[in-house]
Amino acid sequence: MTDLIVDNARKDFGGLRAVNDVSFTLGSGEIAGLLGPNGSGKTTLINLISGALPPSAGRIALGSVQLSGRRPDLIARAGVARTFQLVRTLPSLTLIENVMITAVFGSSSHWGSAARRVAEEALATVGLADRANAAAADLTYIDQKRLELARAIAAEPKVLLLDEWLAGLNPTELQEGIELIRSLTRSGISILMVEHIMDAVRALCPRVLVMNSGRLIADEATGAALSDPAVIAAYLGEDEDA
Amino acid sequence: MTRLLLPLAGLVVLAALPGFVSEYGLGLMIGAVTYVTLASAWALFSGYTRYISLATVAFYGTGAYVVAVLNEVLPYPLVLLVAALIGGAMALVVGLSTLRLAGVYFVIFTFGLSELVRQLITWYEVNVTGTLGRYIFLDISARGIYWQMLALAAVTIGLTAWIHRRPLGLALRVVGDDETVAAHSGINLARTKLIAFVLSSVILTLAGAIVSPRWVYVEPSIVFNPTVSFLTVIMALLGGANRLVGPALGAVPLFLTFEWLSANFPDTYSIFMGLLFIGVVFALPEGVLAGVDRLRARKLRAAA
Ligand SMILES: Nc1ncnc2c1ncn2[C@@H]1O[C@H](COP(=O)(O)OP(=O)(O)OP(=O)(O)O)[C@@H](O)[C@H]1O
Ligand SMILES: [Mg+2]
Repeated sequence: MTDLIVDNARKDFGGLRAVNDVSFTLGSGEIAGLLGPNGSGKTTLINLISGALPPSAGRIALGSVQLSGRRPDLIARAGVARTFQLVRTLPSLTLIENVMITAVFGSSSHWGSAARRVAEEALATVGLADRANAAAADLTYIDQKRLELARAIAAEPKVLLLDEWLAGLNPTELQEGIELIRSLTRSGISILMVEHIMDAVRALCPRVLVMNSGRLIADEATGAALSDPAVIAAYLGEDEDA
Repeated sequence: MTRLLLPLAGLVVLAALPGFVSEYGLGLMIGAVTYVTLASAWALFSGYTRYISLATVAFYGTGAYVVAVLNEVLPYPLVLLVAALIGGAMALVVGLSTLRLAGVYFVIFTFGLSELVRQLITWYEVNVTGTLGRYIFLDISARGIYWQMLALAAVTIGLTAWIHRRPLGLALRVVGDDETVAAHSGINLARTKLIAFVLSSVILTLAGAIVSPRWVYVEPSIVFNPTVSFLTVIMALLGGANRLVGPALGAVPLFLTFEWLSANFPDTYSIFMGLLFIGVVFALPEGVLAGVDRLRARKLRAAA
């Protein structure tokens, strides 16, 4: 079983509780949206799962493998891949090298032609195959996002964490992006995607998790969540006790 | 195969050169090859990871000191082995405690380390052995030193080329670009940096050990001269620290320039060095080779 289990995960920054005892399970092959207003703790939750930050309390596991408390490289090798809200590519490496690194250092530990093949496939998936040997420094913003996704795909992950990967795309690119993510779910990867674009969430996610000031305030079917008064209130910026 | 042939032929020519030059010329060649080794070994860690280390002389000086202490009690090959082991052990301790430091903190720490080693050895010599200087009487000719140093330089560049094509090389380049991405891609940051730092430091230590018989008399203020660390950095940066032969290309002309300056302008020589350092950092932050590449690209674009 490779469910992603998040059990009372918490993160304190000084006096600020950015993630407040959040619990949920993401089934194997499932795709769920992670919603919430700015500053509600979505990226921090992604950081806790991927090991960028250690949780202050709680437990995170992938099936029977404990993730919380481990280094990010070990979590990556356990099958968790991610993208970053502010895109991070490696400017001094070529595209193929950018993508290859997760195939080489991730769970599958490919090298040589095997790593290249995985990386080429991932580049083809995101539509960058013809520029494999170009320098990543020369890419447009959108292509950098594509490249980052290719890098995550080449890890052949069990769980993929996307932090507003669709943000900043124009309408055509958005449609392509949605199709791309849909094709990934068909290959059996579990996806947790932070997203502000509701059309994309409706198109891709049967289920959403909604956060507000660090707390998980809804975990339900997308249609129900979007008409949930608590969710609407959170998005309108009302104080939840009011 | 041809890719190996050319460097090997070059090495043979370089090895044969001492037969055709004066004693003074040979001295210059030893100095130049020593700095080729230092700059290349420095780049093996710092060029990849972009952690600017000023600890070069800590290892280089330690190598020389090990020879000074042991040259009368152990056979020479064993002395070299001990020097390598001590340099490696030092790098391991330093690496484990500092590679988490980012940017300028790492630079300052490595500079402090060199000073610390110098002060510790000075203290030990004055208070425990009761002497400050030591003599190295080894029956090794200038040619012998040149050949050893040339071999070490070749091994350093060969090792860098080999690592570059291995997972370690890829990991180091990723670390140099973005440690966060490296970690989330499955790269063990601490191990990657530590391996490169130890390899680099062992070579730096050996360089100091090999060249030390040239000095005959050593004391801490001579062998732990911080200028060595700075020169190494400038040379590697000038040639291009992330290119295989960049550091070597930077080392030779700069070494010869500094030799000439220090012989002819002993008082103002360090001013020139400072100016050059500033010039390199401003004009060619990625090195001369990258500058040439850029020029060539511009020409191609202009021609198209
Ligand atoms: N490293 C950090 N140190 C201190 N505070 C932090 C840190 N990271 C996030 N925070 C704070 O934690 C809270 C949650 O931030 P987070 O980035 O997780 O929000 P988010 O839901 O991703 O918001 P957005 O939609 O704007 O990306 C914010 O108040 C933020 O300022
Ligand atoms: Mg965020």
